[in-house]
Formats: sequence, structure tokens, C-alpha cells
Amino acid sequence: MRVTLFIPCFIDSLYPKVAMSIVQILERLGHEVDYPEGQTCCGQPPFNSGYWDEAREVAARQLEIFRDAEVVVSASGSCGAMFKKFYLELFHGRPEEEAARQLSAKTYEFSEFLVNKLGVRDVGARFEGKVTFHDGCHGLRELGTKQAPRELLRAVKGLELVEMGEAESCCGFGGMFAVKYPQISTAMAEVKCNSIVETGVDYVVSNDSSCLMQIQGYLSRHSPRVVKSLHLAEVLAQQ
Amino acid sequence: MIHLQEPQEQFQHDADRTTADEPRRAAVRKALGNYQIARGKTENAFASWQHARDAAATIKYEGVNHLDRYLREFEEKFTARGGKVFWASNSAQAREYILNLARERGVKSIVKSKAMTSEEIHLNDALEKDGYHVIESDLGEFIQQLKHEPPYHFVFPCMHLKRDEISALFERELGSAKTDSPEELTMIARRVLRQHYINADMGISGGNFIVAETGMISITENEGNARLTTALPKIHVALIGIEKIVPRLADLSLFLPMLATAGTGQQLTCYNSMYGGPRLAGEIDGPEEFHVVLLDNHRTRLLADAEQRDALHCIRCGACLNVCPIFKNIGGHAYGTTYQGPIGSVITPHYRGLQDWKHLSGASSLCGACTEACPVKIDIHHHLLQNRRNAVAEKKVWWEELIWFGFRHLMKRPWAYKLAVRLAPVGQLFHPFVYGTELDPVQSWTKTRDFPEAAPQSFHDWWRERKGARK
Repeated sequence: MRVTLFIPCFIDSLYPKVAMSIVQILERLGHEVDYPEGQTCCGQPPFNSGYWDEAREVAARQLEIFRDAEVVVSASGSCGAMFKKFYLELFHGRPEEEAARQLSAKTYEFSEFLVNKLGVRDVGARFEGKVTFHDGCHGLRELGTKQAPRELLRAVKGLELVEMGEAESCCGFGGMFAVKYPQISTAMAEVKCNSIVETGVDYVVSNDSSCLMQIQGYLSRHSPRVVKSLHLAEVLAQQ
Repeated sequence: MIHLQEPQEQFQHDADRTTADEPRRAAVRKALGNYQIARGKTENAFASWQHARDAAATIKYEGVNHLDRYLREFEEKFTARGGKVFWASNSAQAREYILNLARERGVKSIVKSKAMTSEEIHLNDALEKDGYHVIESDLGEFIQQLKHEPPYHFVFPCMHLKRDEISALFERELGSAKTDSPEELTMIARRVLRQHYINADMGISGGNFIVAETGMISITENEGNARLTTALPKIHVALIGIEKIVPRLADLSLFLPMLATAGTGQQLTCYNSMYGGPRLAGEIDGPEEFHVVLLDNHRTRLLADAEQRDALHCIRCGACLNVCPIFKNIGGHAYGTTYQGPIGSVITPHYRGLQDWKHLSGASSLCGACTEACPVKIDIHHHLLQNRRNAVAEKKVWWEELIWFGFRHLMKRPWAYKLAVRLAPVGQLFHPFVYGTELDPVQSWTKTRDFPEAAPQSFHDWWRERKGARK
């Protein structure tokens, strides 16, 4: 299958290894990977801030860029939810509505794509370590992704998956929320990170790097113990 | 406590204070953790909780979208049995009606059961200013009244207080002996309250449901205080928001267990009463007069908003607060609203002004736990997004506009975006010099959290290099 990657802007610049890992996994599974180079941001930051006109201009470009793609795989559940759900609202009743609907229908969050589109659970990965999984809220509640990443992790040789208390509780990132209300965002991170540390794991894994930016940011400043954050793809790429 | 002018500044200030209070946060988290376990068990007792939610949403949709018809049906049936209905467009009208009634009937003492509508219209203040003695009979509200504090949570008014704090409060205000026993504390309040029920000549209540079909109101409670409040005094006034309508009596067979489940994790609350009118000839108890004040107070403004109308489905169970990580960390008082938590953040801008209260819609990570928990399927967290959009459409903030102007032009030009990504690692070389200080452009992040380093090579550049090498 020809898979077109949607690599959110912050992954492109801050976490390129996540995207490289996705390329590696998909190619290992025998798929052709494409990455349209004109892509930038999905427009979620202005959208979530209420600036829908600005978001629409940025989003309209993405509709064009991914128009001819067969399937689009997003490295982030949150940005994937933007393509899959929020573009429909953003372009509701506008000429681009049909294009938004088409993009929505062919967009997959990375773990959903592997498990539910390709039917793959074991990607042939090996990773030694005790791991807990954090559900990004957009992936979990907007896209309904809950089991797919866990099924993938359970198939990894050498990996022990431990559930944390209140795994579905938000890490407190929330985009601009994290800097507009830093005290609330940090308090949420504290609760989340305590749950993570209590499991005694070495790694916290998520399908959303934005959550991991928050979690790692808090852990490396405050945690009594070293817990490393990794994107699901970074784990699955290891052999 | 510092009082600031702008609700948004006050909110930021209070959130600073409450998020720093780790013991209080831990206690609230623990209490709500227990709630979630209880609720989970009770939900499982439903054949299908999800189908129950669908059915409840459908019934409330029917009621709220035909308010005109059902409210009139209620009025007709209720007045036929001797009840009086007053339609209050706003809080001033509702207050005036109740005050006038008290004056005309020579009322001296008033007892009140739990009614968030009375908090909404500041009824106690108005009555007390007029010289009436009002006492809250719900235990939590009674405690909050003694503390001169508004409810912390609209279902659990004093959930933030520990036993020793309540004991100390009773010691100070009621002269009771110090105790660590919840039963003993309840008995102290009970002794005080019993006398008030007997003395009161007006009882004020809220109402959980208005049943159109039978012209009755339904009140659910756990303490029996509402029964005493409504049955002993000679006048009963029920102050209820118009959205509490349900079309049929049979609808309560779903809503009573649902409210109990979502509200407290109980299968049913201990007391569920239906009130259909004043005492009729030949009846041995009940009030001589029964007035229902139907409160609009901007609910019709929300009704006019087709996108967010479903917020009127709310049965005030408080489930959205109980699962909300924002509520759990900042607590109820920080909101500064009658209705706290996610549903409060949705409706307060409609009731009290979007520009003054839009910050509550911004103070959310949009995690959606509220929407998932809502028994009547209100699209709560998406309404927060819509409030943000509506606030911007009404009035833009200049510096935000500037940011998004820059953002838009950067993201529309791949070359500019790529240049920015390439320059980021260079810019970050200077970051250590200002890290976490006032000069740090991302100080509100770095003050409490580490900021990731920009990668030396972006994915984009890696991809290009790889493509070049393959050719």
C-alpha cells in the first residue's frame, strides 16, 4: 500500500525520530511511504484558540496537499483528530467540505492504521524494558483509540506492559492551555507523573508526542527516578 | 483572600493558590476516586448504560425543544390542584416574588433545602437583607452557610472539608464539643435543624425534575431534609430552572436511577418525592400554599443557540466535575461561578456574559472526560471550543490576533516554515542564558517543566537527504 505520512510540525522539528521510526516500520512491513514536503501544521493551535479563520487558511493547504493520497497516517492522535474530526467542523457548509470529508475518511492514527487497517499486531519488534502506556486524550476520546497501541506493545518481544492508575486521565498538555494556565497544567502533569512513577516502569510510551513533551518535561525536572518517554513508533522500530 | 476586579484575573490568582494546596487536592482526588469506583459498579447494573444515556438524551431533547408546550402543561395541571406558578424572567423577578410573598404572609423564619437556583439568584442575601432568618437544611449547605462560603461543588457542597475542620467550625459556631465521628457531627447539625423546621413558616426548595404530564415536581435527596422543609412550614416555594422539564412521569423511571448513579454512584438516592400541590381538604399534612417559581434567567438565551442548546439537558448530577482533571486540581471555588466545573464553564458565559467568562472555556485541556461521563450526552468539551470561537468572533484580543497572524503566514509558506525549523536549534543555543527567567519567551512552560531541545536535523531534512541519496 502507498502510505502518505502526515508529520505534525512539532514532531518534524522536535521529535524527528518518531517520524523516522514510522517510515522504518512501514517500509519493513513492505509498504511504500510517501511524505508530501509542502506540509506544515494542521492548524490546531489557532483552531483551539478560537481563531477559526486563521486555522482554516492553514488547514485548506493540507486538504490540497493530501488530496491525492490513498491513506494518510498521522504520527499524532491529536493532529490526526484534527484531520479526522475537526476539519469537518471547520469546513462545515463551505466549498471545501467534501475535500474535508474525504481526508477524514482516509486518515488514520498510526496505531489504528497498523492494527485496524493493516491487521498487523506483531511488527517484529524487540524492546527490553518495563513500559506503561499513556492514552492521549484526543486519540482516546475523539478517535476511540484504546486497544490498538496496547495490542502492538503486547506483541513486542522483551517488553513488559504495566497499566498505570487512572491511565485515561489527561496529562495536562492541552496545547496553548499549557502556557496560558501553567499552574493548572503543571498540577495535572504532577498527578499524571506520580501515576507513572508509581508503576515502577523505565519507560512511558504514548501515541502522542505532545503529551510526552509535557510528561517528559515534568519528569526530568521533578521525578526522583529516571523514567524515559518514548513514542510508540520508537518502541516498535527497535529490533 | 484577595479580590480582583476581573473574573479572569481572579481565576488565575485563585488557581495559583489552590493548585499549590497539595493536601487539599489529594483529599478531593481520593474522594472522587471512591466516587468513580462506586459509579462504575452502579453503571454496570444497567442493562446498557450507553443505551440509557441515549434514551435520556432523547427525552431531554424532546422536553427542551418543546419547553413552551410542556411548561404550560405543567402549569395547567399544577394550578388545577391549587398550586401557584410564577414565571420569572430574571433573578430580580424571582427574588421579588419570594420576598413579597414572605412580606405579605408575615413570614418570620425560613428553612431551605438544597437549591442551586437560589445560589444563582443570591436569594439568601436578599432575604437576609430584608430581615428574614434563612437556614440551610442540607447538611453540606448548612456547613457552607456556617462557613460563609458558597458551595464548593453543586452536588457535594462541602466535599473539600475534612472532619476536623467541620468539627472546629461547629465548635466555633454552635458551641458543640469536639468530635471525630461523622455520625456525631451529623447529630449536632440535626439537633440544630430540627428546631428550625418546627419554627419555620416558609420552606424553600429546588427541584430535580418538572413533570409536565402530571403537573408535579420531583425532588431527590439523601437526608430527608427536603421532605421536612417542604412539608412542615405552611408555605412551600420551589425555585426551579425551566430546563428541568421532562414530558412524562414514566421518564423518571430512567432519570431517578440515572441521576443517582451519575451523581453519587448510588442506585437510587434515599428519598425521592413527588410534589403535586398544597394540602387539599381532608389531607392531614402538607403546606397550605405551594408556589413554583419557574426561573428563566438567560436559559432561553442558551435555548436560542442551536449549537449549544443541549447544555439545557443538564440534570445537575455533577458527574462532569467529578471526572474533570481541572476541577480536581483547582477545586470548585476557583471557578467563581454558581455552577462549577465543565458544565459551568459552558453555561456561565451564556448566563453572565461571554467576554467576562470566556476564560473558563480556555482553562481546559479539552480532554473530553466530561463529555464521556455526561449521562445526558451533552457535548461539553466541544461547547468549550465553540465558546472560544464565539468569543473571538465577537471581540478579538490584539496580541492573540498578532500571534495567529504570524502563525498563519508562517504555516502557509513551507519555505518560511522550514527556515524557522532550521533556525530553531540555533536560537536554542541562547535559551540556557534566560531559561526559566522573565526574559524566557517560554517562561510559563520552563518555570515548572523542562523544554525539549530542537533536533539538529528535522524530519523534513532527513527525508530530503535520504531521497537524494536514493536517487
